[in-house]
Amino acid sequence: MAPVPPADPSPSPLSAAKLPAPKPPWWRDRRVVPWVVQAVVGLLVLLLIAFLLGNLIRNLTAAGLLLSWRWLQQPAGFDISESVIPFNAQLPYWRALAAGLVNTIRAVLVGLVGATLLGTLVGMASFSHNGLLRRLARVYVEVVRNIPLLLQLVFWYFVVFLTLPNGLAAIQLPGVVLAKSGLYVAGLGEGLRWMGPTLVNGVWQAPLRLSVEFGALLTGLIVYSGAFIAEVVRGGIAAVPKGQWEAASSLGLSWFATLRRIVLPQSLRVIVPGLNTQYISLAKNSSLAVAVGYTDLYSVAETTLNQTGRAVEVILVLLAAYLTLDLLISALMNGLNHLVQIRER
Amino acid sequence: MNSQLRRLRAELFATPADAALSLVLITLLGLGAFGFLRWALTQAQWAVVRVNSTLFAVGRYPVEQQWRLWLLTALLVAASGATWGLLRAHPRPDRTGVRWPRNDRLAVGLLALIALAVPWALALTLAIQSRWWGLLLLLVLCRWLAGRHGANLSPTGRRLAALVWPVIYLVGMVLISGGLGLVTVSPSEWGGLMLTLLASSFAILLCFPIGVLLALGRRSDLPLLRWGSVLYIEFIRGAPLITLLFLGQNILGFLLPGGLAPERVWRAAWVLTFFAAAYLAEAVRSGLAAVPRGQLEAARSLGLSYPKALQHVVLPQALRVALPAMVGQFISLLQDTTLLSLIGLLELLGTARTVMANPAFLGRNGEVYLTLALLFWGCCAALGLGSRALERRLDPHAVPSAT
Repeated sequence: MAPVPPADPSPSPLSAAKLPAPKPPWWRDRRVVPWVVQAVVGLLVLLLIAFLLGNLIRNLTAAGLLLSWRWLQQPAGFDISESVIPFNAQLPYWRALAAGLVNTIRAVLVGLVGATLLGTLVGMASFSHNGLLRRLARVYVEVVRNIPLLLQLVFWYFVVFLTLPNGLAAIQLPGVVLAKSGLYVAGLGEGLRWMGPTLVNGVWQAPLRLSVEFGALLTGLIVYSGAFIAEVVRGGIAAVPKGQWEAASSLGLSWFATLRRIVLPQSLRVIVPGLNTQYISLAKNSSLAVAVGYTDLYSVAETTLNQTGRAVEVILVLLAAYLTLDLLISALMNGLNHLVQIRER
Repeated sequence: MNSQLRRLRAELFATPADAALSLVLITLLGLGAFGFLRWALTQAQWAVVRVNSTLFAVGRYPVEQQWRLWLLTALLVAASGATWGLLRAHPRPDRTGVRWPRNDRLAVGLLALIALAVPWALALTLAIQSRWWGLLLLLVLCRWLAGRHGANLSPTGRRLAALVWPVIYLVGMVLISGGLGLVTVSPSEWGGLMLTLLASSFAILLCFPIGVLLALGRRSDLPLLRWGSVLYIEFIRGAPLITLLFLGQNILGFLLPGGLAPERVWRAAWVLTFFAAAYLAEAVRSGLAAVPRGQLEAARSLGLSYPKALQHVVLPQALRVALPAMVGQFISLLQDTTLLSLIGLLELLGTARTVMANPAFLGRNGEVYLTLALLFWGCCAALGLGSRALERRLDPHAVPSAT
């Protein structure tokens, strides 16, 4: 055995208190350096912004396009094929932009509901006892997520919706007719009488008509976002402990009742934050409507820019509108998130 | 056989309801497959893809300069083969090296099938078909050589071998755009798959360092850096990509002194880069959050400077955690390049639109879009597979396997 060295009885003569602490040079001082770094970075960023803004103002002045909002009052001069709020070419630009915004919101709202339904169903299907259904759910997600949304949109529009038959050959279901000229839905017509779609001189007519552009955009958005939401839902369901399934089924609940009453409510606290991200992407993705000829905000803004040349103002309007939409969705989802979190005493 | 039948029964026909569901699904699938096959074999006119295959591949790149692209492809194929072989020659310490594992044989088989079937299906001339076969041979040859002799490479040699990729990227840029004695081909003549791959690889490479810096900035203790990064990330993530591309096309010219604004293709590529950087920053941030604080503190107390501690201790761990999310971002970036068609650039989708505007191919949307979908699906699925393989290779807790 090695001898144990005797403990040093005397305390170390070098005690920290006795030595004067060496003052570090300022470039190694932790109180100084961070501020110097920040000042340098901040100065560089400011210089860059000043440079860009200077150029912007100089170039805009040269082009006679200095920031002004008066053009918003001028008549737009173009028509919007489908608008929820009344619009015609004599109305000013701001009305056109507003009509575009309402169209965007309409697509986003319907898209949100549809994608949530589809995504939840597919997410649930991936826990089915039926092997075929389970695999189909997987295949759907893997196929849709690996193909660009824009490609899917133009596919739905040009390959599916624009090749629909017209007139008598249109797809007719009770109360609904799907033709190349649009989707016709039964509803309350003139004099509050229930009216189904009817063929008048070879043209379908119904109280509610949705354009094929809207249909293609919605189908594309719902199918695409549905796949992402299905993954979110699947993750949420997988996060619920297996014992919950077993306990529920030993109580005699069916697969569906277990999922609906026991598992889904618990998985919501995992699902809702994920849904928030997907909803915001859906809102932003709705701007691809321009590819299928649906006049949403972006498409109106593009036309406006081409006519007025007011690039900066139009971009500002676009950015502000989408940012507000995102923040709105986030706020709603945060509220919902608050509701579904588990409350602990 | 019997056990397989039994499993099938348990999966599909366990209860009457299940059986009914399975039957309905099988019928629907059968009908769908039958309808699709009937369309694809009798009604579809695939000539639109066959006739325009060059357009889809490289756009309006001048024919007499296309040898440069073949040369670049050959370089890329050779480098891929060599990298593949080197990875097999230097297996992870917990694996025994098998030169040709089953997956590799499968991959070679699949590639051979592609190299034989695709040129045949596109009815390319024999001269071009033989180039495809040549590329396949080159790949297998480099794979074989590197796998056989790669183990003898010194560690320095291995490090130098990795440098082949940036060098090829730069060489590729010169080959594509010209200069250094080659005829210049202006970006307006680039198109098709080449432009898609060029824009996405450019954005993927450049958004990575920017994204890491932004993520570090967002987690920094310095308020100015933190708020600056937050502002940038949230601003970019709040806007749809198409509005940012629109901004790049219409406002960049105003923001820079006259004549300094880059070509339209490059503007779009830079917008894609800065767009992807914000999303990548969020992926990296999640990785950084997964590294315990003690790691940085331990590294600092060992005397490493802050940048060194990040470089050698924190970032390697954070990036490994963030890898799946980052590759997810790269995949969506590849898909987002289709938006370039909306600002008038002729990448794959833009090329498809010009092809279909040709009266000879009017109404051939289905054929073209299906081909593009297959192409994108293949690229994205390959990226996903590569990411999973990389994850396994980098996993520090991997169980040593027998193969």
